[in-house]
Amino acid sequence: MSTEIIQAISNYIATQILKQPKRVLSPNEPLLSNGLVDSFSLVDLSLYIETTFNVYIDNTELNRETFDTLAQLTNLIQSRM
Amino acid sequence: MRTLAQKLLHLFESVPQSIAVSLLFNQEPERVITYSRLIYGSAGYAAALQNAGIKPGEVVILILQHGEDLLYAYFGVILHGSIPAIMPFLTEKLSPEQYRRSLSTLFEITAPSAIITYPEFIDEVQQAIKPDASVRVVLVSNQIVSPPELKASYIETGIKRSQEDIVLLQHSSGTTGLQKGVALSHKAVLNQLDAYSRAINLNPSDVVVSWLPLYHDMGLIAGFLLPILSNIPLVLLSPFDWVRAPHKLLHAVTNYKGTLTWLPNFAYNFCAQKIRPRDMEGVDLSTWRAVSNCSEPMYWKSHKLFLDRFHTYGLHSSALTTCYAMAENVFAVSQGGITEPVTVDQISQRGLLVDRIAIRSKTSEETINMLSAGRPIDNTRIRILNSHHSDADERHLGEIAISSDCMLSGYYNRPDLSSKAFHEGWCLTGDLGYIAQGEIYITGRKKDLIIVGGKNIYPQDLENLANDVNGVHPGRVVAFGIPNEAAGTEDVVIIAELDANILEDSPDLDRISDEIRMRVTRGSDIALRLVKLVKRGWLIKTSSGKIARNANRERYLAELMDVSSESDAKLDQNHRQDLAESDGGQPHSHA
Repeated sequence: MSTEIIQAISNYIATQILKQPKRVLSPNEPLLSNGLVDSFSLVDLSLYIETTFNVYIDNTELNRETFDTLAQLTNLIQSRM
Repeated sequence: MRTLAQKLLHLFESVPQSIAVSLLFNQEPERVITYSRLIYGSAGYAAALQNAGIKPGEVVILILQHGEDLLYAYFGVILHGSIPAIMPFLTEKLSPEQYRRSLSTLFEITAPSAIITYPEFIDEVQQAIKPDASVRVVLVSNQIVSPPELKASYIETGIKRSQEDIVLLQHSSGTTGLQKGVALSHKAVLNQLDAYSRAINLNPSDVVVSWLPLYHDMGLIAGFLLPILSNIPLVLLSPFDWVRAPHKLLHAVTNYKGTLTWLPNFAYNFCAQKIRPRDMEGVDLSTWRAVSNCSEPMYWKSHKLFLDRFHTYGLHSSALTTCYAMAENVFAVSQGGITEPVTVDQISQRGLLVDRIAIRSKTSEETINMLSAGRPIDNTRIRILNSHHSDADERHLGEIAISSDCMLSGYYNRPDLSSKAFHEGWCLTGDLGYIAQGEIYITGRKKDLIIVGGKNIYPQDLENLANDVNGVHPGRVVAFGIPNEAAGTEDVVIIAELDANILEDSPDLDRISDEIRMRVTRGSDIALRLVKLVKRGWLIKTSSGKIARNANRERYLAELMDVSSESDAKLDQNHRQDLAESDGGQPHSHA
């Protein structure tokens, strides 16, 4: 699993969504079910992933079943790179 | 026709094959529901309620996701003559325990006789029903069958309702909102629909497109009952689909030649900012004649953003309209932008904030572009009251009071709240505003309420949730909303005082703020935008020892404005530094 991808997304969530730039997210921390990323921010996250990694995540995949942690999201991204 | 059931049956008899609703849900193909299908589907629920011994006038709570079942169940309850109330469905973020508590609260106050839900949800519902509760039956949606033929006996109880009888309950969310069900009579709903239809020039060429949730007055009235009971086709999308794929709204408008849509302000920004160019292929918005901004503070910039992004796709500037509404008046109080463009009142910020008068700004002063909410609809009167409850002068700020023939019958089973809401026959809205040349402008709120994405949130509910976090000093938490112009809605902020034994550089701080976020999300379905942890004694209290929400909100905003101040503790500075790093020190914008 790529630590670069994890770091990049963690940084994006901390600065842009949580507004806590010093916050470091661990790979297995639940993002959606713990309220760190809300549904309004999911579209932003998918747009960020598309521009940064050139990987498309469909709107039907923006849910807890597809990914809830950075690790799961990173696996999903890598499987499509 | 004096009741909703009569109106629906009349449509069934006169235009059975006319399309009432086109459902566009969850990637499924379109489902077309004619009035005939609507009545047959609903009659199954009406019959089931009757067979279960539920009596007209009793409350039936619907715990169903947006879709065909909810549609039939809702009208089935109305045809049966009992009173529907929609409870938002459990989402993946909410904790089941908290949801169960919300259900219990709702059951306690509204004393429902029946619940309608899915088979897989029955256990959840049963657990929330206390032993001595009013609930006599839990009906399961998949066991409801439409009758092969429509027997009068299924629906005669509904037809016999009087126009003064309560037809539905409307709740806002959260523990506090669920204790305050707005009870509306048939007469009130039909008077509102008539007056509002005139205000927006509703006509047979209209097509309503909506993604709004039905447990909200804007979704339930404007985006559901208004078109269905007026024989205007409704294209209904799911709110859960829309928030993940906002372009679906625009494609629905294109494909169905939509003319009318209601949106909370944030949706203008959301659509303008978050739709990929390739998702716009084929979009044509030229049929849209009124997109009404309603249910949260309206920003001129949001309209501009929306128009700038979509005018090349056919959006007319005249389609940007405004509306001021509240469940206590069924829905609309005023409407702007239908016959002439929405008035933009350029006023002085200083005049508004300091002198509390909306005066034209002098050239050198900071100007605010206020969007007019238009004129009162023709059955509703508006007054602006000063602090002595007498009429404020033109352009002077005061509390908005309304009177109409479509007011609530009361807050259901809460006579205490009902009497407080009125002053000499006028409903006190808790909203602040002014009138200029017959048009109403909403400037803020007297009541402690946060509105995020059109959803009303009571701060005390969030404070109670944060209060339980280990490390937070009990009772020393405040929640409030601050405007975020870039997002077009409010950001929710929580400030919590730490227990004295927690040091400012403690590694516990991240844990505490995470836990506050988690508890609030699981307990309320709201994501906090900012969590600020402060030393004991930071929060301002009132003389009676309560946390003063507004004073703390103002202190917080003042500190954001004054990032360089060095007078506060290190803890504060760290947090402000975080903010300054993340959004360039601009207090109100984090796009």
